[in-house]
Amino acid sequence: MAAKKLNIKDKYRLLTRDLDWDFSYEDRSKAFPFEEFEGIKITDWSKWEDPFRLTMDTYWKYQAEKERKLYAIFDAFAQNNGQLNISDPRYVNALKIFLTGVSPLEYQAFQGFAHTGRQFGGVGARVACQMQAIDELRHVQTQVHAMSHYNKFFDGLQDWSHMHDRVWYLSVPKSFFNDARAAGPFEFMVAIGFSFEYVLTNLLFVPFMSGAAYNGDMATVTFGFSAQSDEARHMTLGLEVIKFLLEQHEDNVPIVQKWIDKWFWRGTRLLTIVSMMMDYMLPNKVMSWKEAWEVYFEEAGGALFKDLARYGIRMPKYAETIEKEKEHVSHQAWWTFYTHGHAAGFHTWIPSDEELDWLSEKYPDTFDKYYRPRWELAKEMEAKGERFYTKALPQLCTICQIPMLFTEMDDPTQISYRDSIYKGDRYHFCSDGCHDIFEDEPEKYVQSWLPVHQIFQGNCGGPDVEDVLRDYYQMNVGVDNMDMKGSPDEERWKKWKGVA
Amino acid sequence: MSKVYIALQDNDESRYIVEAIEADNPDVTVLHMPAMIRIEAEGFLAVKRETVEEKIGRDWDVQELHVNLITLGGNVDEDDDQLTLTWNE
Repeated sequence: MAAKKLNIKDKYRLLTRDLDWDFSYEDRSKAFPFEEFEGIKITDWSKWEDPFRLTMDTYWKYQAEKERKLYAIFDAFAQNNGQLNISDPRYVNALKIFLTGVSPLEYQAFQGFAHTGRQFGGVGARVACQMQAIDELRHVQTQVHAMSHYNKFFDGLQDWSHMHDRVWYLSVPKSFFNDARAAGPFEFMVAIGFSFEYVLTNLLFVPFMSGAAYNGDMATVTFGFSAQSDEARHMTLGLEVIKFLLEQHEDNVPIVQKWIDKWFWRGTRLLTIVSMMMDYMLPNKVMSWKEAWEVYFEEAGGALFKDLARYGIRMPKYAETIEKEKEHVSHQAWWTFYTHGHAAGFHTWIPSDEELDWLSEKYPDTFDKYYRPRWELAKEMEAKGERFYTKALPQLCTICQIPMLFTEMDDPTQISYRDSIYKGDRYHFCSDGCHDIFEDEPEKYVQSWLPVHQIFQGNCGGPDVEDVLRDYYQMNVGVDNMDMKGSPDEERWKKWKGVA
Repeated sequence: MSKVYIALQDNDESRYIVEAIEADNPDVTVLHMPAMIRIEAEGFLAVKRETVEEKIGRDWDVQELHVNLITLGGNVDEDDDQLTLTWNE
């Protein structure tokens, strides 16, 4: 008798749900020791629904196909000297941020999902987390492979893993994931599976990647879209987790809401660096950060929260502040990196006149009023041979670890400061959002490893900033950092292109 | 009503999938961006196997969609015949 082909639903039941087992001689709660301490109540894991119903055999089949397509493009890109076809060598600096700041997060996501998947009592959630863990491992590998080609031709890509662990601005993404991974399994899922994957990663992997294509970088757009095709599954897992938690017990609703408030705020802060990559580091423009934010955060996120309203879930706290910030954050961030350009592992620059005009057009309410005059001043100073670099080390927010660069949204000339005293010590924050996160769990955040504090305490070598950069961060000082103008990257590019 | 959306890599396979989506969901908006195609619809969108097979001229498994998928928004339901996206309001 010929074997009957199973339909997707039956196959999913047999190859996923039927793989579970009962605990007959061991205590089940000892097998899943982290399932209860966050206060989440699960009454019936069998109510878990995985809408994609992907089984392991199908997973390998399609992932293998994605990998073959991806590596064919990497090969073609390298064999065709694709690095010469990018729009402008300034663009590669966005890749330096990506490799040092984002790719290591993929590895942290792998670790987080492998751990979290192990801790869930339900088999459907375990299998979905296992697939996501393997996806994340694939993402870090493909990103390293894609960018290894650029490493042959450009500076600043040589020691990304070491840099991720030590460099001041990279503690922002690193501590974000450390925070999520140090939480319980359900908070990790709300933080990464839901808040980060469902709304926020889209902003990096869709409009920014489309921008990579528009700047001639086929290798990056391809790993980006290939990764994001896994993210479509991750987003769906994140949404399922939320719905499942909210349907299991009404006591879960306030806990989940608190995590949503925390992680949307944390995620918004983390994306500050992406805002700057979109508005300032893509020489050929696809859309502004503000436009991308409106499509992927306001529209997509708004639809999501309307859908969840029936469970009693509301928009994340500080949504009104977040809405105003889209007009400001990219400008505030790029200015901060420009003025700290001697301490960054990538090059910074003054936008061209054409780019300044584009920013004026895209940000009619804020750019000319608050930000363009700074660039006009920077141009004057540069013309006089006085390119500005600040001498000071910035004060950092204890939660997001970003320098105090954000302003009050009602007064964009006033830096936003908050503080809190805990056991006799004063802690500093960039916003009400970060302040409230501290107040909720001070014992966790008093342990933050803040790079500027560590430098002042003598834990990062020194005594000068240059010593820290060279010996502790292992940057090639004078090569990896400073302005794009006059950099070895720029000189090599001119030589390849035959430009004087 | 909120918009559901799906984005696909701009390539030869997706072109037929987009044609099928347009045929089955007459009110969708198709946006072409560098290297990608984004399709939006009010509240509901379906990708139907039968229509894709007709356009692409071969057997097509709904789960093949994963190969060219970039992102999506909405509650997903997938079986052997179709993938649907919906918002509940």
